[in-house]
Amino acid sequence: MKTLEEILSHHPFFKDLKSDYISFLAGCGINKVFQPGELLGHEGEKADYFYIIREGKIAIQIFPPGGNAITVQTIGKNDIVGWSWLFPPYQWHFDIKAIETTQTIALDGQCLRNKCEEDHDLGYILMKKFSQIMVRRLHATRMQMLDIYKETVDR
Amino acid sequence: MSVNILQPEMYRIMSKKREAENSFTFELQSLEQKPVKFSPGQFNMLYAFGIGEVPISFSGDPTIQNSIVHTIKAVGKVTQALSRMEEGELMGVRGPFGNSWPITKLRNKDLIIIAGGIGLAPLRPLIYYLLHHRKEFGKISILYGARDPLDLIFYDELETWSKEFDDQVMITVDFADESWSGHVGVVTNLISEIPFSLKDSVALLCGPELMLRFTIRELLQKNIAMKDIYLSMERNMKCAIGHCGRCQYVQNFLCKDGPVFSYSRVEPFFNKKEV
Repeated sequence: MKTLEEILSHHPFFKDLKSDYISFLAGCGINKVFQPGELLGHEGEKADYFYIIREGKIAIQIFPPGGNAITVQTIGKNDIVGWSWLFPPYQWHFDIKAIETTQTIALDGQCLRNKCEEDHDLGYILMKKFSQIMVRRLHATRMQMLDIYKETVDR
Repeated sequence: MSVNILQPEMYRIMSKKREAENSFTFELQSLEQKPVKFSPGQFNMLYAFGIGEVPISFSGDPTIQNSIVHTIKAVGKVTQALSRMEEGELMGVRGPFGNSWPITKLRNKDLIIIAGGIGLAPLRPLIYYLLHHRKEFGKISILYGARDPLDLIFYDELETWSKEFDDQVMITVDFADESWSGHVGVVTNLISEIPFSLKDSVALLCGPELMLRFTIRELLQKNIAMKDIYLSMERNMKCAIGHCGRCQYVQNFLCKDGPVFSYSRVEPFFNKKEV
């Protein structure tokens, strides 16, 4: 069975980090499995962790008043969930729910924030990496908002 | 095809099936019961008498020649009139027109088929062809995106195809409620989940042009060559034989030079607002 360090060092998001940073991150991480319907994060609650999805799928959801959950996006294998741990007020802005049995590595955001305050090189690297995720998700969200499947050719 | 290619032939509607809220699949047979041969990617002009005619791609199995299949989304005057037609009624048909998906260039290649909304319909004959000749092609992934689950067409077949293509049919919708347990997000999100290298693969795309634009950008970032990306394009058409100029796209006529183009051919103009 692979150690967390081995898994992180081969993960696309972390694989170019130097080994002592990988070791530190592995020290902040634990394996966690979520069953379908379980929440990884709840809107408004403290965002103490971010997650690497190893298997399974999660949904980013929001509840309108009096209504059923709307799924904004699903995220699957090898992707990263959660950046609210990095920015005040360090709270989840959406519900994050497992929609399949989902194996994750949960990384302690508070532990990492403290380390980033001490080691600004690590902080800058993580900020750059998470910015790339945010930009990708922003582009995708903009595409969703465009309603691209609306017909533009009048026939 | 009739001797006068501007004159529609009469076809009877043999069956009509609702695929999604405003989308219907019609099986048609010529009154003379003539066989029709077509290549995946080609289209017919379908005529609602007294209203007008529109180009609609073949969406059926190319090995079946005694009837033809078209899937129509009701978005304008003509397509709404066609969509209201029922079994037994007569529809006008001219064609086949246009070029086809470049099947000879796909042999022994890994293929990525990406469809958006009604864009799956022009790709379905190609998918049937691949199923009939599976050993001639490499790995195949089909990525399909739609606005919401009610907008998905050929849903039952998607599940069958998934079994035929080693679970490599991935579906996503832009908007969904809790009753949907599949992917939610734009179809480009699925590209990173394709389990084989894209570098020497060929991509075949059909869907709204905005979707094509973003998808092509993502494929190029994953090192697929421009010459290995093919798309089926859409513009208003009238004559379908390259005379009227309605479907002109710079120096090309979509009706006879297309509708299938290699991206390397259209790339200089593809992102230009004026075209």
